Amino acid sequence: MSHPVQAAEFLQDAAKSKWHDETLWFIRDKRDKISHTIPEWEELRELASKIKDNVLGNLDIYLEDFERNATKNGIKVHWAKDAEEHNAIVLSILQEKNCMAIVKSKSILTEECHLNSYLEKSGIEVVDTDLGERIVQFLNQPPSHIVLPAIHLKKGEISDLFHEKLHTEKGNDDPTYLTQAARIHLREKFLGAKVAITGVNFGVAETGEFVVCTNEGNADMGVHLAEVHIACMGIEKIIPKREHLSVFMRLLARSATGQSITNYTSHFRSPAPGREMHIILVDNGRTAQLGRETFRSSLKCIRCGACMNTCPIYRRSGGFSYESTVPGPIGSILSPGLDLKKYSTLPFASTLCGSCTDVCPVKINIHEQLYAWRQEITKAQGTSPKSLSMKLGNGIFKSPLAYKISGTLMRAALKTLPDSLIYNPLNAYGKSRDLPELPKESFKDWYKKNRG
Amino acid sequence: MKANSPHIALFIPCYVDQFFPNVGVATLELLEKLGCRVSYPQGQTCCGQPMANAGFERVTVGSTRHFIETFQEYDYVVAPSGSCVLHVKEHTPAIPELEKEQAELHHKVFELTEFITDILKVERIDGSYPHRVGFHASCHGQRGLRLASSSELNEEPFSKARKLLENLVGLEWVELSRTDECCGFGGTFAVTEEALSIQMGKDRLEDHLVHGAEILTAGDMSCIMHLQGIASRNKQTLQFKHIAEILNEAIS
Repeated sequence: MSHPVQAAEFLQDAAKSKWHDETLWFIRDKRDKISHTIPEWEELRELASKIKDNVLGNLDIYLEDFERNATKNGIKVHWAKDAEEHNAIVLSILQEKNCMAIVKSKSILTEECHLNSYLEKSGIEVVDTDLGERIVQFLNQPPSHIVLPAIHLKKGEISDLFHEKLHTEKGNDDPTYLTQAARIHLREKFLGAKVAITGVNFGVAETGEFVVCTNEGNADMGVHLAEVHIACMGIEKIIPKREHLSVFMRLLARSATGQSITNYTSHFRSPAPGREMHIILVDNGRTAQLGRETFRSSLKCIRCGACMNTCPIYRRSGGFSYESTVPGPIGSILSPGLDLKKYSTLPFASTLCGSCTDVCPVKINIHEQLYAWRQEITKAQGTSPKSLSMKLGNGIFKSPLAYKISGTLMRAALKTLPDSLIYNPLNAYGKSRDLPELPKESFKDWYKKNRG
Repeated sequence: MKANSPHIALFIPCYVDQFFPNVGVATLELLEKLGCRVSYPQGQTCCGQPMANAGFERVTVGSTRHFIETFQEYDYVVAPSGSCVLHVKEHTPAIPELEKEQAELHHKVFELTEFITDILKVERIDGSYPHRVGFHASCHGQRGLRLASSSELNEEPFSKARKLLENLVGLEWVELSRTDECCGFGGTFAVTEEALSIQMGKDRLEDHLVHGAEILTAGDMSCIMHLQGIASRNKQTLQFKHIAEILNEAIS
């Protein structure tokens, strides 16, 4: 499958795709409004970007600082070079504790590592406790958005799902009623879990603490009830000092949902007496990306999802069309680093409009990296411009539009232009769009006649 | 016009040359009305943008070299296209032995409206254009060349196009719901992601239509070509004009 195919499929349900677009636009609009209430907003973005530049330039040092300080605090620090090692570490902790049921708050990293299916193979029940994540888990789907995992579903669909899974009243789609049902269901899972897993938004090198942000308080509920807390953290989530949180915390929720701050911003520093706290520092392709000069700044991402909400492609094609754990513009520059072939259509799923770059709270030049990935992909595929044109279909290279597309062959195309307009079959461009009428003379001809 | 006044080269994008000669004529006449000494170098071809955006910047060495050679002798190069100007400035490969000329050129290539406001320092254009006009902010001009404030950024609102249009007598500026959303053209994107491209175009048209636009204008004919193509297919009654056409008509 490829992005264009998936996108076309999503667009077939016109009413739903329009709703999806409008819903995410509403969030983008909220983000605009709240960011405009902060006079120093652009300065904050600049600061955040610079702090992250410093982190990426000294990642090894900060990670070792973090390990040392976290260990001093009584946290057990583990290192995982890839998803497999990460999953094996989690499993070994669970086995040591004889734990067969866990609760997990939102962690895109564990999605990236496919932790749920790995643990389920060993008979462990994994319950995602974020409401949106629980909904998609019921459906055996991955999240379609990193902040709003079930944004592709309408409340009627959730009502039907809860009726089936939680025996709510059929047809009752009142959000409060459905949320209450989920709370009751999750409460029981929270009480039964010996181990709770969370993600990490920020790891602070100087103090060895980490910060988890949620709106539902589900991370805290899980962690406070469990004997063991396992936090899974991508190595790029490190920040040097606690004071830097004053920059990131002001940007994160505003960029994500237009809120001033997440409802819960929890700092974890040491385990409570008699309990355990583990943190797994995961590479899984991040150092490889760090080594790619052009693309390294993609690792600055704080996973706010603003680029998804603003992206005119994402809003109309849905998260699943990307077929990658992190969808949208940021996913389209991260994923090719993991598997160039599999994700080769993603950097082309963009008009390079640049909205993602302007909305990004850490100023990642996302659209420029999309452009740069395109250059890498065509090199890796060994495609020639001509073979690409063949893919574009139906002799477009010789059609008038080739003019816009072919570039170097322009002069040759010029000579054949009127004929090709008449004799070439309409290509994909003309399926739902009329071609412009061909004028009787080109500008060049006019100029020669009138000013030459 | 003095013979020693700056010599301006008209850079007419290839598809404008072929499909929209009126836009070339309007650009030329407009600059002349504003007192410029303008020539159209007839050897110009395509800037190479379509290839580069498709992932083949490396094969645009020839077209880039040709571009530099064609335009290097002029004081300014002006194009009725933000997109092609952005390409020339940011996405052309470095040409060996022409590095100096290339670097200089990047500082003298301008999109039409920015040339009028920033170089000619025109504060207002006097003329009449009694129509309801919706302005489509083409992305490469909008966020690439910063021809207007970006809705994503916390900055003082400005728009070079609006500055030129808003003083025209009778012109009503149509406020849109989404002031700078992409129309979905995107070059090869229009073909490779056809379904999305069309939907994005329809949505943009809708925004202009529900707000009562009579004429949709923009700084890039590629967006207009795409939007006009969809409107024409769906029998939507909206007129389309490049901003150069409006300004040129309004002054005369």
